[in-house]
Amino acid sequence: MPINYYIFLSIALFAIGIVGVLTRRNAIIIFMCIELMLNAVNLLLVAFSKMHHLKAAMTDITTKAGTDGQLFVFFIMVVAAAEVSVGLAIIVMMYRNIHSVDVNFLNRLKH
Amino acid sequence: MNALILSAVLGVIMMFSGIVLKEKRSIRNIAVAGMIALLIVNVLEMRGIVFFDIDAKDMIAFDRFALLFNTVAFLSALIYLLLSSRDMEKVGINYAEYLALIFFILCGITMTSAFRSLLILFLGIEIISIPLYILTGSDKKNLKSNEASLKYFLLGAFSTGLMLMGIALVYGAQGSFYTNKIILFSGTPSPLLVAGMVLLLFSMAFKVSAAPFHFWTPDVYDGAPTVFTSFMATIVKAAVFIAFIRLFDEAFGSLQVKWQLLVAIITAATLFIGNITAVFQQSVKRMLAYSSISQAGFMMLSLFALNAEAKEGLMLYVSAYSFATIGIFAVLIKMKDYTFDGFNGFAKQQPLLAATTTIFLLSLAGIPLTGGFLSKFYMLKATLSAGNYLWLVIFAVLMAAVSVYYYFRVIQAMYFKEGDAHPVDVTPAFKWTLVALSALVLLLGIFPNLLLNWYYF
Repeated sequence: MPINYYIFLSIALFAIGIVGVLTRRNAIIIFMCIELMLNAVNLLLVAFSKMHHLKAAMTDITTKAGTDGQLFVFFIMVVAAAEVSVGLAIIVMMYRNIHSVDVNFLNRLKH
Repeated sequence: MNALILSAVLGVIMMFSGIVLKEKRSIRNIAVAGMIALLIVNVLEMRGIVFFDIDAKDMIAFDRFALLFNTVAFLSALIYLLLSSRDMEKVGINYAEYLALIFFILCGITMTSAFRSLLILFLGIEIISIPLYILTGSDKKNLKSNEASLKYFLLGAFSTGLMLMGIALVYGAQGSFYTNKIILFSGTPSPLLVAGMVLLLFSMAFKVSAAPFHFWTPDVYDGAPTVFTSFMATIVKAAVFIAFIRLFDEAFGSLQVKWQLLVAIITAATLFIGNITAVFQQSVKRMLAYSSISQAGFMMLSLFALNAEAKEGLMLYVSAYSFATIGIFAVLIKMKDYTFDGFNGFAKQQPLLAATTTIFLLSLAGIPLTGGFLSKFYMLKATLSAGNYLWLVIFAVLMAAVSVYYYFRVIQAMYFKEGDAHPVDVTPAFKWTLVALSALVLLLGIFPNLLLNWYYF
């Protein structure tokens, strides 16, 4: 399958994530949209990794080119998990204080 | 590598010290001793003594630039701990954990200043950001702190997403995460590479709060507990700037014609928005948040120029800016009222503190004989020698003139207005640390080579 399809799919997922972050008002849903963005990146990295591997394997069959892209995906997963734990803790902390996770309540600092 | 390992170990030690030790004073002493040790091992590494010789596959390389910046960052962090660590007790009960998080952030800082691979850049930025989300929200009952923390978290994670997309596109174009391989491309750069570079530019501009990605900064800096704002606005911002300039120097240096105009526009917008909005603030804390945006605009000039002078100048700039801002925040934490009126008559109550605060403010405004003047001078000189962008230099000078207004408002309130600004629990040790810090700021302004010689020898 041509690499273009993967690129278009990832960009589409990424764009859905961005639109979600910008339009939704529920903190949890914004958060899920951010995760969607990260996963779009994961998909793209894996696709590129495969692409670079195939390209290098045409001249050298034992090549290790492209493994670093997949490695990066694992790091993104780990960091995303760390971010989720902190982020959910922050959302729970806010819920305890104002009994809502609506980001429209976030306007106290404006004035 | 010394500082990287030691700072992570110290973070873990601090976490356990909270369980073992009950007394806050001993926890604080451990933190200060740890910070001094960190500073010493880093200086030893500059002298060629490396304790941990780890093969990182060239993903991370501690060169002069990185080591010198780490020294500046650890020195600022040490001063920060000496001045403000007592005030962290008031934020909440988890005293040892706050200090542990600060050590973890320093670990991230050593990574971002020395990365050679985009993987390390990403990890470093995240190791800096995640503890900062926690520190911002550490005042758990305070709604402002909650709000700042959630805002910072959502926008920070969003910008991390943009950054990762940028990294993925660059990887797709070049097939490597190493900066020295990304810079090697033949012919016209592919659209993937340019798109990735622009996304990286935006996300890094977001992290250093350059306009038009600055909108989170005033809210977050205002809502966070003041002790942690001080840390965020100085050392962390400086570290991200070092990463920013390193990324665009080493990975995208050959694309400079493509991004130079974009960076010039971002710089001008940052200077304009930061300075003009700061004029209208009523709270000193919020004014300092906007001032940090405008100072970021000046630091962006070094990214714009990106020559040897710019790198030297950035080093001088981050040290002068960090020292001065840490000093001002340390005084601000002691005040009951954060508005400009809260400083009325401060000079009568505390002449020594008022004098040191004045020196810090003069340095931020860029008055000669202080570190701030020379660092601004270096920035403008570097921009001039980059050529063709005279309007940017003139605009920066005009904006520096605007900044004098709001810095001098504080000085005016301290010296020429009647009132009873009364700082709480000021110890003699605090006073003398501030005096030493202001001496350091003056020293940087008179003998900048004390710092810059380290860059070469």
